Amino acid sequence: MNHDITTILASAMRLTAPLLFAGLGEYIAERAGTLNISVEAMMLSGAYGGAVGSSVCHSAAIGLLWGIGAGLLVGIIHGQFSHRLQANTFVVGLTLNVLALGITNYLLEKIQMTPRQVGILTIPGLSRIPIIGKPLFSERWPFFLLYGLVPLVWWVVQRSRWGLEMRVVGENPKAADVTGIHVNRRRRQGLVICGLLAGLGGAYLSVGEVGTFNSDMTAGRGFIVIAAVIFGGWTLRGLAAGCFIFGGVDALRLALPALGYTINPQLLIASPYLLALIAMCFFAKRLRQPAALGQPFERGAA
Amino acid sequence: MSTVLPAPRATAPAGAAGDGSGVQPRGQWWTSPRFKTILLYVVSIAVGFGLSAVLVAVTHGSPSKVFTAMFDGSVRSWGSLGYTLDNMAPLLIVAAGTIVTVRAGFFNIGQEGQLTIGAMCAAFVALKVHPSGPLVLILALLAGTAGGAIWAGIVALLKFWRGVDVVISSLLLIFVAGQLLSYALSSPTFLQEHGSGGATLTESDQLSSKVQLPHIGQYPNFNFGTGLIIAVAVAVLLGTIATRTTWGYRLKVLGFNPVVARRIGVSAVLFGGAAIVISGACAGLAGSIMLTGQAYRITPTFSNNFGWNGLLVALVSRNRPAVAVPVAFLFGALQAGGGFLETTGVPTDLVNIVEALLVLAAVFPPALMALRRYRLKRSEQAVAAAEAS
Repeated sequence: MNHDITTILASAMRLTAPLLFAGLGEYIAERAGTLNISVEAMMLSGAYGGAVGSSVCHSAAIGLLWGIGAGLLVGIIHGQFSHRLQANTFVVGLTLNVLALGITNYLLEKIQMTPRQVGILTIPGLSRIPIIGKPLFSERWPFFLLYGLVPLVWWVVQRSRWGLEMRVVGENPKAADVTGIHVNRRRRQGLVICGLLAGLGGAYLSVGEVGTFNSDMTAGRGFIVIAAVIFGGWTLRGLAAGCFIFGGVDALRLALPALGYTINPQLLIASPYLLALIAMCFFAKRLRQPAALGQPFERGAA
Repeated sequence: MSTVLPAPRATAPAGAAGDGSGVQPRGQWWTSPRFKTILLYVVSIAVGFGLSAVLVAVTHGSPSKVFTAMFDGSVRSWGSLGYTLDNMAPLLIVAAGTIVTVRAGFFNIGQEGQLTIGAMCAAFVALKVHPSGPLVLILALLAGTAGGAIWAGIVALLKFWRGVDVVISSLLLIFVAGQLLSYALSSPTFLQEHGSGGATLTESDQLSSKVQLPHIGQYPNFNFGTGLIIAVAVAVLLGTIATRTTWGYRLKVLGFNPVVARRIGVSAVLFGGAAIVISGACAGLAGSIMLTGQAYRITPTFSNNFGWNGLLVALVSRNRPAVAVPVAFLFGALQAGGGFLETTGVPTDLVNIVEALLVLAAVFPPALMALRRYRLKRSEQAVAAAEAS
């Protein structure tokens, strides 16, 4: 029994990690006021970039960097189009999603890749803790970046000047502008960071867990990430909880049939979106989105 | 918040109108703002095509063959033109509904889900109601419309009851709709195929020919589904209501300024809710037309991005109904060309790439011009301020 729990928990952690990497980025972008739906494109191109990079450079670690670069590229394009040229952010996001899926699918058949994977790191001592030890402390090494990234993102958003300015930009861009903050620059920076982290999340999926790239590898995980940010009510705590719950649900979906339970798989797949909707409905007072989320900002416009 | 789009921009004062910011073009025609605008569009779209061609060339394909195939498959012959029109019909309906919602200042991006639910309801009626006949076809179309409307109604309900943002709830409901369809297709009680042998396929039975939308014309010649007529009728109707009637004017007021709307007695719940439901109904109708006019059976990936693309049509045409028609035609042509391209062995993903690049190429010029105009205005203001002090 304990063994089963450990197995499911380990699977849940592995499925949580890419969500949480991308979720941290989406959290920053949304706090700065962009409802970024191109996070799916960022993850997918990150996954593809990671796989290509690792087979070109014969190193999974360099593959991760390629993945980050690919996500970054999507973030830069999105930022330039929607927060410099002021093109509608949903048009840009949707188009980038189509573009990333199209390009990765198209190139997948044209470029041969050799599977490669990063190594497993086991922390001595801590990984001996019963039940939770192995899932939390014996993982592919990029997983351990999360232990540093989550506090770092918290500190940057809640304690640094840059984070404060970014939150103001998401809440009240006009006030931010008047105090001399460059609103659209902050939003572009938010998107770039989102691209970086989502690219890492995607690369974690391809060179971290699977070792190779499959067509449409992220399979809507970007949208689960958006659901997790919403579910978490735009807080870091809530986001982490959301990512873990959605990762866990995914793990259960895979594990339950093997354990002899049957649960409607469609309900499980839809559960992140349903949970996010329910959370929005019933905790509307506490879960408040950044006031200017999704609204473009143009200086001097009334 | 209600608006997400740049709220339909108020007409700028005469001085700043147009692309020349009021400055009379001097001399040659090639310096005129209109010519520059057209040139910018042409260059931008050429870059879009050029990038796609480069992609094909570096992967050892032949760009000219690919583009010829897309051209052949979409507009070259009467037969392929009909195929383009059939693809255009659902896009146009989705776009027309979206434009109504955006004018009211709400932004429903869940058309993909509403289209799925609409097609599902239509399939249910078309397959389960006996004896099938033209009446059942009409009933199926109505059921699809109602299904889409109800799915969008959830969005409206959540907005006005709990204050949940329209963008967020409509986005999330897309994925719920996808799983609902998947469930219906895996359950024999609802839509799963009654095939010979084990029921393992997750798709529905084929619609009997009595509940298929009639086609006008025969294949090698010009032919199109009656869905196109419905689409044009819906687009004209909604376009007229939105731009020519009091009702449409109230929607516009609501979109421009919700406070004014409330003062003059335009209820946000009534008009906004109606606008959201209309766009859902349109998406549902589009789904039922795709089902009864082209696909004839419903599969898990039935919606095939038509909802998203319809939304893109509305946004690329910047919510002007008259512009939406040619844009929808272009998107339909790309879809048709892509279908044909696949038969020549080139993956259809290439078409998605071309389409995405073209969308970016289409949003680039107006955005760039708006940015230029704005910078010019600011520098003029700065000069005026400096002179005044």
